Amino acid sequence: MCDLELSGIRKQYDGVARPVIPDLDLVIPAHKMVVLVGPSGCGKSTTLRMVAGLEEPTAGKILIDGRDVTHLPPAERDIAMVFQSYALYPHMTVFENMAFGLRIKHLPEAEIRRRVEATADSLGLRPYLERRPKALSGGQKQRVAIGRAVVRQPKVFLFDEPLSNLDAKLRGDMRREIARIHRELNATAMYVTHDQIEAMTLADQIVVLKDGVVQQIGTPIDIYEKPANRFVAGFFGTPSMNFLEADLTQGAGSASARGNGFEIPVPIANVPSLRPAAAAVDRVVVGIRPERLSLAKTGDDVPLRGEVAMREVLGAEVVLHVESAAGPLTVRTDAGAAPRPGDTVQVWLDPKSIHLFDRASEERL
Amino acid sequence: MKRRAFNVRHALVHAALIVLVAVVLYPVMLVCKKAFEPGHATSLGGSPLPEHVTTQHFRDLFGARGPHGELLFLRQAANSIIIALATTVVGVVISCTAAYALSRLRFPGRKAGLTTFLVVQMFPATLLMLPLYVILDKLGLLNSMVGLVLVYSTTAIPFCVWTLKGYFDSLPRELEEAARIDGASPWMIFRRIILPLARPGIAVTALFSFMTAWNEFIMASTFMTDESKYTLPVLIQSSVGQFSADWGLFAAGAVVTSIPVMVAFYVLQRSLVGGLTAGAVKG
Repeated sequence: MCDLELSGIRKQYDGVARPVIPDLDLVIPAHKMVVLVGPSGCGKSTTLRMVAGLEEPTAGKILIDGRDVTHLPPAERDIAMVFQSYALYPHMTVFENMAFGLRIKHLPEAEIRRRVEATADSLGLRPYLERRPKALSGGQKQRVAIGRAVVRQPKVFLFDEPLSNLDAKLRGDMRREIARIHRELNATAMYVTHDQIEAMTLADQIVVLKDGVVQQIGTPIDIYEKPANRFVAGFFGTPSMNFLEADLTQGAGSASARGNGFEIPVPIANVPSLRPAAAAVDRVVVGIRPERLSLAKTGDDVPLRGEVAMREVLGAEVVLHVESAAGPLTVRTDAGAAPRPGDTVQVWLDPKSIHLFDRASEERL
Repeated sequence: MKRRAFNVRHALVHAALIVLVAVVLYPVMLVCKKAFEPGHATSLGGSPLPEHVTTQHFRDLFGARGPHGELLFLRQAANSIIIALATTVVGVVISCTAAYALSRLRFPGRKAGLTTFLVVQMFPATLLMLPLYVILDKLGLLNSMVGLVLVYSTTAIPFCVWTLKGYFDSLPRELEEAARIDGASPWMIFRRIILPLARPGIAVTALFSFMTAWNEFIMASTFMTDESKYTLPVLIQSSVGQFSADWGLFAAGAVVTSIPVMVAFYVLQRSLVGGLTAGAVKG
């Protein structure tokens, strides 16, 4: 039972006209891992630092477990934070690093030893307890940083891009490690990253931020399947979603999106906000994920014609970049029969998997 | 072929370095020669090695007695050590706290203060003699070791503050943030995180303060009027007067005086080497 609540948070730096965060409301339910994700400069780290107490919000309140901590120093908030740069004390051993916070709390030495050793065991750090950070690898350092947070048994864990300094393989390992720790401790956690894969794999709930404004809050599947706007749609997924400009025309009981060289029938059921009384023509953007395009026709697929410009082999899969009359298309397909650059191809689009966005507001229709 | 070019370059670099070392060491060797050579004259042969060796100058130096029969050298060496150590302690303690505040806190007058420290450095010390003399006189601190320590500290502090501020600036802020989250008070962060990490910077400033006080002559000779309050540089200089000069004694004094500084360098050299922060954050 310890949820984290941000209400009406505003952050504006002196001498900067535009606030980093204009007005943020966010509830992180107890025991959940909420991932704040967005491009750099979107205010995600600032938000985390305000929760940590390292920065003061210009306005608004931060509640941890119902207690107003907005103006409390970090130490009195019962939080622990893992930094991107590890921030280990270089002149202390791994043991001392992990024990530092406990010693400040004046815990009995035996209790400190017990806790540090238990945490070290669970993170596989036991053999390194007497080493200095200098003598550890990047992954081990980040483990120590996580251990230093875990050992304090805080109410809320804060992660500030903890895996950004690691190489790809280690990042995968540490991601699973963090997921395991979160499951075991059943703690409330706020995790900041710009990496959508981390967000997708770790989050119970994802908060997508842009320019300090929440774009969407939802489960990873929600965010992927029903992006709230064009920004969210383009941010999640690699390669990112294809966008085709089209005009939406509606007749009685049917609608179609027509663009340069294509016409896609739009099932009305897919577009709840589409009103029969709306103007005859809507300017829209059709979004389609690269894996939902194929080189073979199935069902009522709609064709798009183009020329292969580039071919990226990923092993089991191939990513094709196709120049079509409708615009550039990215297609993810099996490696087997993939065409070569210069080939003319027919790309098939399943009308049921398209996303429609208003071209002006970029909101999902 | 490549290897030969490399060897030639190597040889040239070494030749240049040897010349440089000789230029630096030759005068030092001449002083050493003078200290161990019999006679008082200024004349020096070209060779850096003495023809005859004597310890007479050192015995004269250590044996000189004041009006009350006390051993002058011991007395003045003690003065020098006390003044230099006190200057170092006062200078380092004040500079550390001031530099940390200037590095991490934002307060009105911060920039002006830093600039003033820098500007003060630009005036020659002799320029300050007269005002300092007047101030010490008013405070009744003329001819007192406390007065001299105050004067030396004020001269050393601006330099130390700038050096240490630069060092503190280079320490990652995340360490302090991590410590704040761990529950450490500002004082605890300063004492248990910052100071241990700033050891190389502190060693440099400590050495600088010590050397400033240890080697300084003009102020010591002006403000200290009583022979028993002299520091070593004053004592050494007094062996070379207007009418007679004992260069042998002077050289012996110079050699003995430089030993503590050399020892200080030797003791602190480990701390002077940086790199303690390596591994704190990924750089």
